[in-house]
Amino acid sequence: MSNIAATAAPSSETAAALPTRLAKGFVDRLVIIVPYLWLLFFFLVPFVIVFKISLSQTAISMPPYTPVLDFTDGVSGFLAGLRELNFDNYTWLTQDALYFNAYVTSLIIAGISTILTLIVGYPIAYGMARAPATVRPILLMLVILPFWTSFLIRVYAWIGILKPEGLLNQMLLSLHLISQPLVILNTYTAIFIGIVYSYLPFMVLPLYSSLEKMDYSLIEAAQDLGCPPTGAFWKITFPLSLPGVIAGCLLVFIPAVGEFVIPDLLGGSQTLMIGKTLWNEFFANRDWPVSSAVAVILLLVLTVPIMFFQQAQARAQEQGK
Amino acid sequence: MKSLGSIRRDFAPWNDPNAKPYIQFDKVTKKFGDFTAVNNLSLTIFEREFFALLGASGCGKSTLLRMLAGFEQPTAGRILLDGQDLRGIPPYRRPVNMMFQSYALFPHMTVEKNIAFGLKQEGMPASDIEKRVAEMLRLVKLEQFAKRKPHQLSGGQRQRVALARSVAKRPKVLLLDEPLGALDKKLREETQFELMDLQQELGLTFVVVTHDQEEAMTMADRIAIMDKGEVVQVATPAEIYEAPTSRFVAHFVGNVNMFEGKVAERAANTTRITGATGAQIVVENAADAANGADIVFAIRPEKIKVSSKKPADAVNALQGEVYDVAYLGDMTVYHIKLDDGQIVRASALNASRVTEDPLTWNDRAWVSFRPDAGVVLTR
Amino acid sequence: MNATWSRFNITSIVLGFAFLYLPIVLLIVFSFNESKLVTVWGGFSTKWYVSLFHNQGLMDATWVTARVGVISATVATVLGTLAAITLTRYTRFKGRVLFSGMVFAPLVMPEVITGLSLLLLFVAVGLDRGFFTVTLAHTTLTMCFVAVVVQSRLVSFDRSLEEAAMDLGAPPVKTFFQITLPVIMPAIVSGWMLAFTLSLDDLVIASFTSGPGATTLPMKIYSQVRLGVTPEINAACTILIAVVAIGVIIASIANKRREVQRQRDEQAAQRG
Repeated sequence: MSNIAATAAPSSETAAALPTRLAKGFVDRLVIIVPYLWLLFFFLVPFVIVFKISLSQTAISMPPYTPVLDFTDGVSGFLAGLRELNFDNYTWLTQDALYFNAYVTSLIIAGISTILTLIVGYPIAYGMARAPATVRPILLMLVILPFWTSFLIRVYAWIGILKPEGLLNQMLLSLHLISQPLVILNTYTAIFIGIVYSYLPFMVLPLYSSLEKMDYSLIEAAQDLGCPPTGAFWKITFPLSLPGVIAGCLLVFIPAVGEFVIPDLLGGSQTLMIGKTLWNEFFANRDWPVSSAVAVILLLVLTVPIMFFQQAQARAQEQGK
Repeated sequence: MKSLGSIRRDFAPWNDPNAKPYIQFDKVTKKFGDFTAVNNLSLTIFEREFFALLGASGCGKSTLLRMLAGFEQPTAGRILLDGQDLRGIPPYRRPVNMMFQSYALFPHMTVEKNIAFGLKQEGMPASDIEKRVAEMLRLVKLEQFAKRKPHQLSGGQRQRVALARSVAKRPKVLLLDEPLGALDKKLREETQFELMDLQQELGLTFVVVTHDQEEAMTMADRIAIMDKGEVVQVATPAEIYEAPTSRFVAHFVGNVNMFEGKVAERAANTTRITGATGAQIVVENAADAANGADIVFAIRPEKIKVSSKKPADAVNALQGEVYDVAYLGDMTVYHIKLDDGQIVRASALNASRVTEDPLTWNDRAWVSFRPDAGVVLTR
Repeated sequence: MNATWSRFNITSIVLGFAFLYLPIVLLIVFSFNESKLVTVWGGFSTKWYVSLFHNQGLMDATWVTARVGVISATVATVLGTLAAITLTRYTRFKGRVLFSGMVFAPLVMPEVITGLSLLLLFVAVGLDRGFFTVTLAHTTLTMCFVAVVVQSRLVSFDRSLEEAAMDLGAPPVKTFFQITLPVIMPAIVSGWMLAFTLSLDDLVIASFTSGPGATTLPMKIYSQVRLGVTPEINAACTILIAVVAIGVIIASIANKRREVQRQRDEQAAQRG
């Protein structure tokens, strides 16, 4: 639009107005270009590099890989490099069942956690949306508030609660509900609790915003037409909150697949998740090419949900207008 | 035979002492916290009646409707439908349906799914549902829009879907909450007549809530004027307009001129009133006003004649000056400032295209009216 | 809306908020515990706070984190606001789809991927890892969050305000600074706060992109947690929570004041 304005400026334009017009075109372009270049360089280019390094070989040096596809040798060198491309890292990933299991487990854990978060989050969001209008902003703030406190700290707090001599076990023992401390810490259960807890606001907020927008007279109309409240919920409320459900689930699911902190702190060494595997390949084994390959595949796995998320965002933006 | 207004009404169960009431509000009160929305209100509506609740926003008319639908419970009193006390019956078990002000069409369902929704709830067989939906679509002339979703329809079409959905179940009573409020003026007028035809065709009882007096006057058999949670007057449109029982009703419906004064002299069926400045008028229908009592004579603008010369045979003629005049096409509206300072609104039908002896601003003019052209109000 | 706030609704909210807040409350309570055992109450004490302030490593990390947070949040706010304007105002330009993709994808991208890829970039261009690289990484991540926050405000922005300004003779750039910016300022401020807390909070990306001498607080806390839970960490966490809570409370009180004042003004204006 700025380009059109600048090139198709009417000839009757006065000399005084012209500099402003040109300045506007320049500013317009600057507004677009600065964040665009920044994201290209710091978000997109790095992925290309990850991909490149995932095709190189491990070396004991700094950086610990042999470069491939270097343009310093010119085009012929690049083509030579193309022939020597190394898919060993990917072969390695397919051969070792550990990686496959880690991917599958991560997807399953993220999937189950997402459903659990939805089950926990929906009644909260629903209750908030039905709260008196004066109370709603306060409730909203209370949901957002934990988000402002450190994620790491909140996960850490659960260690004290879940460990064998932790508060939960102490409470259950003193109530004589159990005779032996439950082993929760360092199990998948702890990971579920951790993910549900940490990601709950991400689920509640989109749910709340879609439920709050809903016209309550729709429920009344359904009841008026003979539908009891439970039926009205499933036939009207829930279907209409689906955009919120989808947004919330994607906001939880995608990051949860690659989650590192929660499985590391709450899951212990027995549990297997891909984020932790990547971290260990990188920091413990210092195998940069393999961890790059792990990242590339993780990204491929997540491409579809990320694209869904993108579309949902774009739609929400359109509706906002 | 003479009657108020220009329509002869044969359907008038409210005048029949043996008629069975269909809907009864019996001393109903509804409070929201400290606020009394409906105050000890009693009202009777008859079967097949087109009944309008008319009032400004916040007068309690919507609350009354919502109590009938079952969305609100009365704080005190009873609501009876066809002899059955509705207390404790949830909205989804009541044989009444409502057309919502916002239409409340389910946005994720097509037109036909919306119409079928209520029928499905009562477990009607699929083939019957299909037949009824088709019938309803025909009734509201939306056959070709069956597969559309609400957002693909115009405002008028949405309104008709909402109507079809609410009558599909053949309810005992159809409640309409500002049914035409969202339509533009022209469409609103058309739809008013459509609604009346529909009510005749289906033989249902309609209760409509509206703040638009014209809408109520056009459609309703009877109108209940509401103010601050109470019914001020229940009557036919003609009675409401020609024989309001209070200043509130006279002011609320249409335009009105008020002549205030004291009863000066009473004859067989006429009464002489003296205004504050000494001007005198003679009126009828002031039977129960005592000598010296403060009363008001309320007269509609179109019952007042404006002329440049004093009419020879007029009982009541007052002189003044043209303060404002507006030509509206079908009629001309005059504001005449009387010599005692009161401004009188008068309107004249433009029955012919050419006017003899027209008036303009600041002309001297006479206003005249018959003794029975207005009503005497004491409230 | 005429909805009933049923017992079920209230119960689910109370339980939900208990779940959200109980761990944080416990953490704060046990930071004042005399005993070293994190789960056994041994009496009230502030000794962990004292020892915290003598822990040079933690204090250094706090300082690093604060600087990274302020710088990255500020740069990210500028970039994110520009990105938001681009997203809402320029609906047609080459590569718009790619651009919106690059803004939204980082919101959900697993941190391990973002961290690793940024690290590899820094190595590839030969940047030494340290304070500067962490700041760059955090700027990149948080600018997307700022963009989303500001964008949601811009979408509901009444364009006729700008048109009115231009109609009265203000050129576009001036219109932006005198009209648009003040109106969307609250969103920009909350975008900055969000960016700052995200930076304050981040462990994974910082671990990848940081180098010697630029250990951030989460990294420090993480390494101590791995060694075992100590009440000193609880104390550090409590201080962090307190800082954030005070910030949020001040912000909301200021907001409330403005709101009350506005209502009072409106009432006064109506009374004439």
